[in-house]
Amino acid sequence: MSKGKTLIEVEGLKKYFNVGGGNVLKAVNDISFSIAEGETLGLVGESGCGKSTAGRTILRLYEPTAGSVRFNGVDINQLSPKKMKAMRRDMQMIFQDPYASLNPRFTVTDIIGEALDIHGLAGSHAERKKRVEELLDMVGLNPDHATRYPHEFSGGQRQRIGIARALAVNPKFIICDEPISALDVSIQAQVVNLLEDLQDRLGLTYLFIAHDLSMVKHISDRVAVMYLGRIVEMADSEELYANPMHPYTKTLLSAIPIPDPEVEANKKRILLEDTASGPIGKEGAASGGLFDLDNSELVEVSKGHFVSMPKKG
Amino acid sequence: MEPILQVKDLHVSFQVKGGEVKAVRGMNFEVGKGETVAIVGESGSGKSVTAQTIMRLIPSPPSIIKQGEIIFQGQDLLKKSDKQMESIRGKDIGMIFQDPMTSLNPTIKVGRQITEVLIKHQKMSAGEAKKQAVEMLKLVGIKNAEARFNQYPHEFSGGMRQRVMIAIALACRPSLLIADEPTTALDVTIQAQIMDVMKEMQSRLGTSIILITHDLGVVAGMCDRVIVMYAGEVVETGTKWEIFKNPQHPYTKGLLRSMPRLDQKKGEPLIPIIGTPPDLIKPPLGCPFAARCDQAMKICERIDPSATVFSETHTARCWDLHPMAKEVQSS
Amino acid sequence: MDSNPIKVMPTPVDLTAEDFRKIGTDEKEAEVIQRESISAWRDAWQRLRSNKLAMTALIILGLITLTAIIAPWLIGKIYGYNYYSNDLLYTNKAPSSTHWFGTDDLGRDMFIRTWMGARISLIVGLAAACIDLLIGVIYGGIMGYFGGRVDEIMNKFSEILYSIPYLLVTILLLVVMEPSLGTIILALTITGWINMSWIVRGEIMQLKNREYVLASRSMGAGHGRLLFRHLLPNAVGPIIVTVTLSVPNAIFAEAFLSFLGLGVQAPVASLGSMISDALTGWLYYPWRMLFPAILISLTMLSFNIFGDGLRDALDPKLKK
Repeated sequence: MSKGKTLIEVEGLKKYFNVGGGNVLKAVNDISFSIAEGETLGLVGESGCGKSTAGRTILRLYEPTAGSVRFNGVDINQLSPKKMKAMRRDMQMIFQDPYASLNPRFTVTDIIGEALDIHGLAGSHAERKKRVEELLDMVGLNPDHATRYPHEFSGGQRQRIGIARALAVNPKFIICDEPISALDVSIQAQVVNLLEDLQDRLGLTYLFIAHDLSMVKHISDRVAVMYLGRIVEMADSEELYANPMHPYTKTLLSAIPIPDPEVEANKKRILLEDTASGPIGKEGAASGGLFDLDNSELVEVSKGHFVSMPKKG
Repeated sequence: MEPILQVKDLHVSFQVKGGEVKAVRGMNFEVGKGETVAIVGESGSGKSVTAQTIMRLIPSPPSIIKQGEIIFQGQDLLKKSDKQMESIRGKDIGMIFQDPMTSLNPTIKVGRQITEVLIKHQKMSAGEAKKQAVEMLKLVGIKNAEARFNQYPHEFSGGMRQRVMIAIALACRPSLLIADEPTTALDVTIQAQIMDVMKEMQSRLGTSIILITHDLGVVAGMCDRVIVMYAGEVVETGTKWEIFKNPQHPYTKGLLRSMPRLDQKKGEPLIPIIGTPPDLIKPPLGCPFAARCDQAMKICERIDPSATVFSETHTARCWDLHPMAKEVQSS
Repeated sequence: MDSNPIKVMPTPVDLTAEDFRKIGTDEKEAEVIQRESISAWRDAWQRLRSNKLAMTALIILGLITLTAIIAPWLIGKIYGYNYYSNDLLYTNKAPSSTHWFGTDDLGRDMFIRTWMGARISLIVGLAAACIDLLIGVIYGGIMGYFGGRVDEIMNKFSEILYSIPYLLVTILLLVVMEPSLGTIILALTITGWINMSWIVRGEIMQLKNREYVLASRSMGAGHGRLLFRHLLPNAVGPIIVTVTLSVPNAIFAEAFLSFLGLGVQAPVASLGSMISDALTGWLYYPWRMLFPAILISLTMLSFNIFGDGLRDALDPKLKK
């Protein structure tokens, strides 16, 4: 990594949910990674692999079961509520569903202005209005639309509003939780370009969560592949796609349809038997799945390329 | 090739508060026997409305079929009574939907959901129907079909349910299968499996397929011909080779350019299509794509272009393809 | 990648070279929104207004309320009677130009009494609904918002309260305490709020996992902001509908209690107690039962129709 110093360090993060009957859902099961300043780490996996839960636990929207998240060296899970509130200015989130992530009773001004109100960042009404218009302009929306309600906008426009909201507090780190999966193809590129552009201008650091591997490859410097709550492979994005090592990564890559009939006609798929019951079980029990992940550990096979391998001995 | 389905000049609208949304505005296409045709477009392009209109599943009101013909095996489906349609649906035309979680009845065993169709349309006895249903479950790749026959939908994973849906839709060997975003709700690895099942079933049964999707990757792997829809109109049609290797309409070109590809070098920027599709409550006078098109000319805002034909299969509707456009721009 | 067309599109006759000049696109222009701006509230109001039946119900309710307020004193003054003075020479008279609705067994004017009764019934109904609303929203809001153990304990308590036969509680209360308007309202609300609290709990539980609530939390919003700015305003539709539909329930419950003789005490009358009083001679003096019965039925029907209309207007998904 040629980027700057480490901004986010996640270590041994676990998030278990009680699902009743003494069973727990091990949504996030011991993941560790770090992200450098200005870097984008992609987190990919299929539904239910725990990638969204991981994002929310890192932001402490869910209290972690175990593990730590350090932001600039500070363990955010040890912070008092007051300090945590201040910390939230540095860490923000962009959500998946542009229809569910904006309060339908708020105008755009109120949606974007809310963060300013919470942190007392706008002294006067006029200042608040000016800042909101500035943010709208920054994400390519017409500031004249500030008094409209979210349902009047298209999906892509709503996602821009969500981005403006996250930017309102001048964060350093943004978790993008599937920000484009609900959007039309022709709109996805707009939003991705906007995110890349904002990263360059504002020096942002991203954790980009998605299931669309082609988009993740495009936007990320490094990619981590999650399966049943764990990271099975992590590498530079070029390296990961050129030289996937874990069988799950290989399956995932071979399954992605490519918009080129020539490539599709000559493609060989690696299929995976769908037998995994999911990471639900007694707290101490093995979590199942195909690859005996309980007895595996991430091993650095080449510089910066980590693969989950069975533990030796 | 003998077409089994012809859609001619179809117009469908929705009555909403504040006016009429013209969802499909003059749709024309054909599906040949054993052929897979993809209808591609983004949400609101009218692709799903077209599919539901063919099945006559579209609720009316609020929808109104303004004009057009849907000729299926020589007969106009739009002139059929509801009763007649009932005997066509499931028997001659099968359909699978986007969400396998909600398209199966949770209170009825999976096996019975298949036998019901067979008993109703094929007048089979219960015993015959069961044999046939188990056969279908095996065909779509469900292991332990006999045991699975007696299970309820919640005991199946999403991918397995979609396989069951395919088994139901194809149980009566319909000549046409309409698949409305059949893999959108599924993970990529499962999506690949479902696509394989559909291809496999098609080669066995010779079914024609209309695949409604927004995913160009799926289209490239699965289809013979592609219909690109935008704002309720067909903007380009062609074989998948013509569409992917030699697109003519700026919208098709734009879509292909805006998608990142796994086999692309990093650092190549995406070229997005700017703006958003027009509000079809007030469709533009001219070409619907004009407001977002980097090739737009004065004429585009005034008159909707008609088709320029490149081959027997390849047509596109764009003023830039008109000979005068080239003359003016080169002068 | 140029291809040669085999068939060119027909050219409209009046085309000129000028038509083929490039105009390019304007990004900002391409993002303009065409439809008119409208808030969720105004949208609901417009939908309600277009529902003729619900609007008729609303107008009838308005007229009944207005008459119940002004008739007993204003018209009473002009017309020269009040609800309590009896005239034993004029008992059980049929409706006439002097007594529009006739008189009762003590010779009291039925017109004034009926509207006085309507006033009492409406007061009971509205007061009970308001108290249900207040307790139900606070209690249900806390259950739904905090969830977990808090929810479990509070929910158990309301379930226990709900499982005691409500009539038993009410009758006990009315026997122990002085029968008065206040006691009746108390009796009706002692279990009446539970339904509301469950509705609010369900709504809040559903809403609190919405992404906009998470977004607000991720910005550091506190409990107060989340509950009062995000959760309750979005639950307000079902709340309003429940309140509207609980008014006729309370009116009916009061009428029922009055009918059993547990309601308001003479000379004050409610529609229920008047019907009860009229029961003895209703074959001979049908008007004594007819007018209060019509009024109570009309009131309840209107509330129910209006409530249904509100539901459709506030939640358009229910009705296609």
